Amino acid sequence: MTRRYSAFGLFREGLRGHTGWHPAWRSPMPKASYDAVIVGGGGQGLATAYYLAKNHGMTDVAVIEKGWLGGGNTGRNTTTIRSNYFYPESVALYDFALKLYEGLSRELNYNIMLSQRGVLTVAHSEGEMEMAARLVNAMQINGTDAELLDRTGVLSRAPLLNDTDEARYPIFGGTFQGRAGVARHDAVAWGYARAADRFGVDIIQGCEVTGFIVEGGRCAGVETTMGPIRAGSVALAVAGHSSVLAAKAGFDLPMRSYSLQAMVSEPVKPCLDTVVLYQGTGTYLFQSDKGEIVVGGGLDRVPSYAQRGNPPMQQTVISGLLEMFPAFAQLKMMRQWAGIVDVVPDSSPIIGPSPLPGLYLNCGWGTGGFKSIPAGGWLTAHLVATGEHHDISRPFDLDRFRTGRLVDEAAGSGIAH
Amino acid sequence: MQLFPCPFCGSRDETEFHFGGEAGKVRPEPAGETDATRWSRYLHVNANPKGATSEIWVHDTCGEFFLMERDTVSHAVTGSKSLRAEER
Repeated sequence: MTRRYSAFGLFREGLRGHTGWHPAWRSPMPKASYDAVIVGGGGQGLATAYYLAKNHGMTDVAVIEKGWLGGGNTGRNTTTIRSNYFYPESVALYDFALKLYEGLSRELNYNIMLSQRGVLTVAHSEGEMEMAARLVNAMQINGTDAELLDRTGVLSRAPLLNDTDEARYPIFGGTFQGRAGVARHDAVAWGYARAADRFGVDIIQGCEVTGFIVEGGRCAGVETTMGPIRAGSVALAVAGHSSVLAAKAGFDLPMRSYSLQAMVSEPVKPCLDTVVLYQGTGTYLFQSDKGEIVVGGGLDRVPSYAQRGNPPMQQTVISGLLEMFPAFAQLKMMRQWAGIVDVVPDSSPIIGPSPLPGLYLNCGWGTGGFKSIPAGGWLTAHLVATGEHHDISRPFDLDRFRTGRLVDEAAGSGIAH
Repeated sequence: MQLFPCPFCGSRDETEFHFGGEAGKVRPEPAGETDATRWSRYLHVNANPKGATSEIWVHDTCGEFFLMERDTVSHAVTGSKSLRAEER
């Protein structure tokens, strides 16, 4: 039986005809009661379960997923990991995630294929260069890596960029975060699932939460399609469906759900070794390890739970791609898909207690849930285990919408949503 | 492209329209007696329903705000009506 993954184990199994592998996690029936129940088997939920067991010794935990593991936004994002944010609170959060990602393959004994190829954001005017310098200064003061590039620096990192005199968006320079990069999204979900399962966490797929058990004004468990499951604490990590479950628990959230789409081309030879974002077009892209060009852009402008992208935004993204890389006009696109993201007014996540005692929130990540999976899981686990905020998660409490102390990254780092 | 029905111009391309918020929100008045909780609910909190919804949209090209009944899963539009008092 091969339990630990290694090059030697792979070699040995090769000689044995691969008969010694066994499922990476169990699929148990739910028990009647747990110390903690996590709703949502995406990266955030699975990481929460893992850190509950590892950091806090809570192993009587279940993760409940209505579909399959990582089948929501964890499997639908464009896998970019970065911490190029403006406010100290945001950099503390996203850089914590990036640092955890840097050691994650080793920690989980599961290759998440982290590739720190950098994220390049291109500026198109003197004014945008000033804002780029402001962002780079803020990032450096907040303790993360950032470089300000001139035109030559940008073109040396992405030589195929459109630098002709006819370019609609001329290249003046840009910002570069070298520690940023991409990772294999399924591997992050599966790695956390396998590691949590080792601690005894029950992972229950194909089980939908239909309501909450409330006793004495406190959440005492969940109603599911497999029957009631009682719990000491419940955490919600359901991204775009947070409003739907919050309504079942009796409260509303400052949130709207939108489709965010992405698309991928046929595989081509290596031609791009960094992640590139154009401020002008809003399109961003990178080349996957298989050679496909992975392309994304802004939100569809229609509130939606449809999990498919609308043609107008697809057109905007593709026209942006052709403006940035004229050579890519020859590419054939293979697939296009969308996930439902939970957008809050200040484009920062919500981590904290909900209005229903005993129920904790991990939501509001919007378009940035994947990059923050290790930190989101770590902080939510801290909250569930201790009932108190971690210092990093305190600024992201739901209470900020009442006090007005927003962490407005839409204005700060200029992210589009 | 999806066509959205403007009550004044008829069916037009979805790119001509802009989402203006959920219908039925009423600004709390008077401002002096509105506490932070009520004000932040008005400002930020939404029902964000999955399924049938009633929303305010604006047709950018003619500038009119109107009410649209829509489904957030199928994207089917079931109704569109003017918000002008004389047309109700």
